[in-house]
Amino acid sequence: MATLVQAIRMALHYGETHLGVQDIFGEDVGPPLGGVFTATQGLKKSWNSPLDERGIIGAAIGLGLAGSRCVAEIQFCDYIYNTIDLLKLAGMQSWSSNGDWHLPMTVMTPVGSGIRGSIYHSHSFDAAMTHIPGWKIVMPSNPLDAYGLMIACLKDPNPTMYLKPKALMRVRGQEPIPGEPPLTSEGDKMLKEMIDAPLGDRSKWSARWPKDLTDYTVELGQGKVVREGEQVTVVSYGRTLPLCAQASDRLKEEGISVEVIDMRTLWPYDWNLISQSIRKTQRVLYVNEDTEVTNFGEHLIRRTVEDEELYYLLQARPRLLAGAFVPGVGLADPLEAASVPQLDSIVVALRGIVSERA
Amino acid sequence: MKAPLKEGPQTSVARAKSPGVKFQLEPKLLTQIHDNMVKARVLEERLIRMYKQSDGYFWIGAPGEESFSVPLAFQVKKGQGLDYDYLHLHYRSSPIMTVFGMDPMDAMRQMKNTALDPFSGGRNFSNHFSKREWNVVPVSSTIETQYATSIGTAIAQRRHGGTGITIVNGGDAGTAEGDFASCLVWSSRPGSELPILIIVTNNQWGISTSSSTQHGDKKISDRGKAFGIRTQTIRGHDVEESYFAIKEAMEYVRKERKPFLIEASVSRLYGHSSATGCNFVTEEEDCLATFESKLEAAGILTRAEMDEIREKYNAQMLEMSQRVKQEPLPDPSTIYDHVYYGQKGRYW
Repeated sequence: MATLVQAIRMALHYGETHLGVQDIFGEDVGPPLGGVFTATQGLKKSWNSPLDERGIIGAAIGLGLAGSRCVAEIQFCDYIYNTIDLLKLAGMQSWSSNGDWHLPMTVMTPVGSGIRGSIYHSHSFDAAMTHIPGWKIVMPSNPLDAYGLMIACLKDPNPTMYLKPKALMRVRGQEPIPGEPPLTSEGDKMLKEMIDAPLGDRSKWSARWPKDLTDYTVELGQGKVVREGEQVTVVSYGRTLPLCAQASDRLKEEGISVEVIDMRTLWPYDWNLISQSIRKTQRVLYVNEDTEVTNFGEHLIRRTVEDEELYYLLQARPRLLAGAFVPGVGLADPLEAASVPQLDSIVVALRGIVSERA
Repeated sequence: MKAPLKEGPQTSVARAKSPGVKFQLEPKLLTQIHDNMVKARVLEERLIRMYKQSDGYFWIGAPGEESFSVPLAFQVKKGQGLDYDYLHLHYRSSPIMTVFGMDPMDAMRQMKNTALDPFSGGRNFSNHFSKREWNVVPVSSTIETQYATSIGTAIAQRRHGGTGITIVNGGDAGTAEGDFASCLVWSSRPGSELPILIIVTNNQWGISTSSSTQHGDKKISDRGKAFGIRTQTIRGHDVEESYFAIKEAMEYVRKERKPFLIEASVSRLYGHSSATGCNFVTEEEDCLATFESKLEAAGILTRAEMDEIREKYNAQMLEMSQRVKQEPLPDPSTIYDHVYYGQKGRYW
């Protein structure tokens, strides 16, 4: 079973061979490294750029304007902040030209905590990114979605932001990606030998891609129920999504039924799915690890309480569990654990909501 | 309170002397360049009047850059797609658009922000053009981002081949931003050089701040030399000097597929924008007045003929502006249109 980062790599390969992707570029994206998380190893269209985030995003915009599909990587989202106005510029090309231009381009960047990345390799970017109109924004939580969301981004005629949860990069999925080798330990080993670059000299290495990869697509704007439940809805994405699923499993043993929704696309998001679930459970917890002030989850709470039907159905206050509002994620284990939601804090929050009486 | 703008042609006390004038360009081309310079100037002066008559919220534009921009536009390979030149322009580029054949009414529509503004649908400031049919990418109020985005179209054109190039222009103040450095770095990567004509029109001002107080470099173009980029610093006030420098640079970029940096001195004849009053500045050289003196001295056009041209455009654009004033403003229900490609109405 492919890991999440292998899934991204295979989707990019499909993109460069079937979807017209001409350039996959960024710092250390091309050979010999193939990305600091190996997401671009072996790709024919990958190349290394100057260490210049503004140049990377500017180049991606220009390529998109020229009708040339590209994927640009910012090595860590912590370093994307100096491109904010260019991201804003990209998001407005269609709108500001009254529809004369459009901008097919994809930016991908690793986000979040979980690898002990210290202050400048642990930021989240979903709160800032969802504040920039004109983009479609995704964050997968498993390899199959990682593949399908990337394919969707590569087909879309608009700017797409692909947030890669770095804590999940090496996690294997539960569902097969169409075309990947057999779902056995031998299959895993085979895939690694086929598409993971060897350590040491890579000058003679080239990837052997699975031949039956497909355009399996997770449509943008569609969330997914990953655990069905009756008493409370928890909505999440990225690194915290598997934690929410684990929390659901743990609480099931206590007789608490938790429905878990993976948003997958942060913008535009699947409000229909979320609102239907809340209508059923009448309780909701939003979970992500970006800092809690002006957090995207706060918008979702606003949407929840402004929905007249939902508001009067709620049996408990809607809650947000998010990262502490501190300048960075501290490196020491206790500091990181205290900065972003963990399994235990999600379980506690869900218990609290379920036990609250209207 | 807005100062009244004097009707009729603006005259300048500052013009270059032109004894014993001899042109290298053919008289026909010189008169075409002159005609377009007048047209562009009259358009800008009409836009300023519209602003001062409260038929627009903001003016910023090109008076003082016509002597460089018109010769540039005459040599652009205009069209859509990679075989043609991509233009990443700043907001002082109306002469380029008028040469291309822009209907002056369209510039007025953007000034008035009417529903028929073809460049932004009433969403953007004056002189913020956008026209895909001519590879004119949306102009941004940011003074430097075009130097970053130009990298991308040039990468695509390098791969595509042919003779189409990327052209980017901006002012001297904006070169302090990192995007200008990005353009120099990315366009000169060894083995991956890009076909970009990098232009800096140097008017020596950044709104109210003199470049002499902020820039220690004697020539902005010297920065290109550190990257092995061919450079030239010219008097952009002079039509022929501009024309031939652009010709040489374009031929190099088109053929060698490598960058070329031109720094052209220009004037800012109505100040930075309406924010600084947009009144005529007499201390700076008026390139149109200089050119007209030379044309007259060389016997190519008489004063009366040039006055007639200006009056013709004055009358045309007055009439156009009166029609634009009658056009409807955008329907507020359209605010969500085109957030995404092809999307109409609210989407969430």
